[in-house]
Amino acid sequence: MSSLEEKVKKIIAEQLSVSEDQIKPESAFVEDLGADSLDTVELVMALEEEFEIDIPDEEAEKIRTFQDVLNYIKTHASSAS
Amino acid sequence: MQISYQGQVALVTGASRGIGRAIALALAQAGATVIGTATSESGAAAISEALAPYGGEGRVLDVRDGAATEGLVEAIAKDKGAIAILVNNAGVTRDTLLMRMKDEDWAQVIDTDLSAVFRLSRAVLRGMMKARYGRIVSVGSVVGLMGNAGQANYCAAKAGLIGFSKSLAREIGSRGITVNVVAPGFIDTDMTKALPEAARGALLEQVPAGRLGAPEDIAAAVCFLASPAASYITGETLQVNGGMYMQ
Repeated sequence: MSSLEEKVKKIIAEQLSVSEDQIKPESAFVEDLGADSLDTVELVMALEEEFEIDIPDEEAEKIRTFQDVLNYIKTHASSAS
Repeated sequence: MQISYQGQVALVTGASRGIGRAIALALAQAGATVIGTATSESGAAAISEALAPYGGEGRVLDVRDGAATEGLVEAIAKDKGAIAILVNNAGVTRDTLLMRMKDEDWAQVIDTDLSAVFRLSRAVLRGMMKARYGRIVSVGSVVGLMGNAGQANYCAAKAGLIGFSKSLAREIGSRGITVNVVAPGFIDTDMTKALPEAARGALLEQVPAGRLGAPEDIAAAVCFLASPAASYITGETLQVNGGMYMQ
């Protein structure tokens, strides 16, 4: 696993209070990991902070799984490469 | 009940005089690190002088300035630590009968007394969410519940605070953050001293307690809601008005 994946997984585990082995690429935050709307807002804020990016609301709505986060950060964050 | 805010950072807006000053002092005396704001340099200096014995200080802030608000909250987090207690006290009045009320009379009061509370609350929330703890207390007014001729703008803003606080309380209740309003009645401050003598007399007749409230009466209620002891009270409006209005 790349360091980006590890970093993102750690943030998701921390924000949603789940263990890291529960988080699969296709894991959806709300359906699979039990997040509520406030959790997802917090998660997006934590990602913005960690990767120094700004995720607009309409983009944030589309980020529903671990893989979605990785895809978004790979294409948007300069520090991800 | 002994309340202590040791190690907690509190931000109190409009703290140079009146109710805000009493709140800032009471929190500081109970151990909080208090940052009080005023619109002028002299106001901020007066706050610094009053809070110096307790390690607090005054800062200049026009709460209508969103960027300055964000900047101040960030600076406090860096210098003193994340804000645990926000007291939205800053307020203005532009009293006149509605038929004579200008757009700017309306806009200025809504912006200072209501929109600023939205901006300040949003600014402090990030730190409170991380800490899983926070206290937001806004100073409303009895007239936000009763209405008052000549204060449609002020009453709208103060009533608005209540709906705002209830909504926010629902959003973040699960994170250990409470959001409440203290609604003062007729308190002896510069704001009420500006009223004509006849109006003051007529108002006093409506108060079962038979006296004006003191700023310290309001500070005591704010301090309680801002304390760990009030963790199960949220979305509430606590009326402190000597019985002038009861719900």
